[in-house]
Amino acid sequence: MKKRIRWNKTTRNNYITYAVVILAFVVMQAMVSAGSISSTLKGMLVPICAYVVMAISLNLTVGILGELSLGHAGFMSVGAFTGVTAAVALSNHVSSGPVLLIVGMVVGALFAALIGFLIGIPVLRLKGDYLAIVTLAFGEIIKGIFNNLYVGLDSSGLHMSLLSDKTNLDEAGQMVIGGPMGLETIPKVATFPIGVLLVLVSLVIIFHLVGSRAGRAIMAVRDNRIAAESIGINVTKYKLMAFTVSAALAGAAGTLFAMNYSTLVANKFDFNTSILILVFVVLGGLGNMLGSIIAATALTILPEALRQFSDYRMLVYAIVLILVMLATNNDTFKAFLARLIPGRKKNEKEVV
Amino acid sequence: MKKKLLSLALAGVMVLGLCACGGETTDETSTEGTETTSTAQGAAFKIGGTGPLTGSAAIYGIAAKNGAQIAVDEINALGGDIQFELRYEDDVHDAEKAVNAYNTLKDWGMQLSLGSVTSKPAEATSVENYSDRIFALTPSASSVATIEGKDNVFQMCFADPNQGAASAQYISEKQLGTKIAVIWKNDDVYSKGIHETFLEKAEELGLEVVSDTTFADGNDTDFSVQLSDAQSKGADLVFLPMYYQPASLILAQAKNMNYSPKWFGVDGMDGILTMEGFDATLAEGVMLLTPFNADAEDEKTQNFVKTYQEKFGEVPNQFAADAYDCVYAYYEALTNAKATPDMDASTLCDLMIQQFTSMTFSGLTGTEVTWDATGAVSKDPKGMVIENGAYVGLD
Repeated sequence: MKKRIRWNKTTRNNYITYAVVILAFVVMQAMVSAGSISSTLKGMLVPICAYVVMAISLNLTVGILGELSLGHAGFMSVGAFTGVTAAVALSNHVSSGPVLLIVGMVVGALFAALIGFLIGIPVLRLKGDYLAIVTLAFGEIIKGIFNNLYVGLDSSGLHMSLLSDKTNLDEAGQMVIGGPMGLETIPKVATFPIGVLLVLVSLVIIFHLVGSRAGRAIMAVRDNRIAAESIGINVTKYKLMAFTVSAALAGAAGTLFAMNYSTLVANKFDFNTSILILVFVVLGGLGNMLGSIIAATALTILPEALRQFSDYRMLVYAIVLILVMLATNNDTFKAFLARLIPGRKKNEKEVV
Repeated sequence: MKKKLLSLALAGVMVLGLCACGGETTDETSTEGTETTSTAQGAAFKIGGTGPLTGSAAIYGIAAKNGAQIAVDEINALGGDIQFELRYEDDVHDAEKAVNAYNTLKDWGMQLSLGSVTSKPAEATSVENYSDRIFALTPSASSVATIEGKDNVFQMCFADPNQGAASAQYISEKQLGTKIAVIWKNDDVYSKGIHETFLEKAEELGLEVVSDTTFADGNDTDFSVQLSDAQSKGADLVFLPMYYQPASLILAQAKNMNYSPKWFGVDGMDGILTMEGFDATLAEGVMLLTPFNADAEDEKTQNFVKTYQEKFGEVPNQFAADAYDCVYAYYEALTNAKATPDMDASTLCDLMIQQFTSMTFSGLTGTEVTWDATGAVSKDPKGMVIENGAYVGLD
């Protein structure tokens, strides 16, 4: 009996997360069709979806696997550049936007997964600070590579060169990645429904991974590596598994993000972006997917909602961030919340 | 059960939060924009623009905003039929933020757009301009991709390739240097665009480029390698196609190395004198190609410089002048087209395309300025040199 209740709780939490996403989607869709939504918020719907996927995928690495990664934007970058290249290459043959987008996201996810796997082999043998430093360097290297990569498309196929433009395209050719100019002619096909679909797919993948035998092994590695090894868990294998899945989801999010804009440069995915995503995760709570979703949404909207403060916008943003961090860790505040919502305190204990 | 209640409450909060944010933005825009610094009486054309008002490129955005503001104030003071309301939103020189800023302006009811101030954000917003049919005239976004394939996006400044070619032409004609070094930023659209056409033209004109070195975002604080390369190869003129911030460091470091070639910059160098904490004596003798000369003798320029100094306490740069010209170009085009403020953006868009491709405009940054159907401008560049902390015409 007791066991059944416990099982139900995880499932229930997962379903609540799905429900929140779907509810938010339905409300936003209704507002869009009723025209009662501002252009600003409408323009941010797709980026919000992309950031949400980034946050939950990083949460898999940081919260579930317990490794600090500071190069998550690097995977987003890989996904964006490869996914868009695939979509552009296909755009002469396929005219349907959603198909292009989904193919792009799949290609982006595959490349990001490949890179994540290759990076993961040496990197995941490191621990703690060293891992953070190497992932940080990885993000910078990816940025450097895409800033010097030239990819062009013409009638004879894709041409690629490094450092300078040696693609020698024919008359009808067009540059896809123009080095520092980044992606130049992105098909703008990202839509909110597909964005939400990506969020839901990511949630399904993560929840199933976490709930599976592999997921329990991953969490065992996080909680005590030596104990996990002693009972025969292949630490490297499970770390790689979580890291690669996380990278793949980030890649898909990168493609989604890129295809919402007409142009994108590699410098967009720099250290600041990685940290921003880490902030979403920390604010939402390590291992808490619903928290990450809410934090990513709120922190993406916040700077725009603060436009009325003009130049002091980022200052106010930082203050709000500090206050939220303080408040969520404050016992008095928690007690106050507990009084507001009877039973909250008891629930929290159950969760722990 | 209780857990469910809590989660439902959380869900409620999230949805409410979204609605509240949405509501807030609409409220704000429907009443009075916070960035609206001038409100005209009665019906007015709503002009909006995005630019970096904060961050590393802020000098450009603020200058453009101030320049446009002066023009708007002057036109509104005339009290004619055409009145303007101007609003600038911050884009931090980032394409994503620029699209958000553009959407904020759209909510506000922008009828005519000043595009974006810097290149990459402008490429992103110009696509929105095109699909929303809101006419855009950007003061300073110089990349070709900004106007390419968009019939309703026009430029007030030269396109990047023209700047590179014009610089090479100018150096060759005036015989400013025999051995030329180029230092450029290889992850920047602007720098790269100019660099490529400069080299092409330099080769054509027989200029000898002895040193060609690069830097990138992140390693833009130490230029000793690039400078010693130029110095050891005996370059007597260094061409700096970049924004003012790295340029200021290059000038300072060259001085420490006792290397004093002639310096030649492009319009991104404009603004170096007003940079905070920069020792203006370092920039003595720096030459740059820009369409605007604050020391020009004509009445128009002098009045503009005077007003700008009174209001903002510094000498206006080319960005301010470009934005000023943009507003006046709109004024002229709207007058010619007999447009009224109650027209919607797409009607105005068609009228403006018609006007801009046919009219000849004279402003601070050039006389006999014309536009072709692609949106590119045609006007003459002016060579400038920095003397005693001020820009002086070279000719």
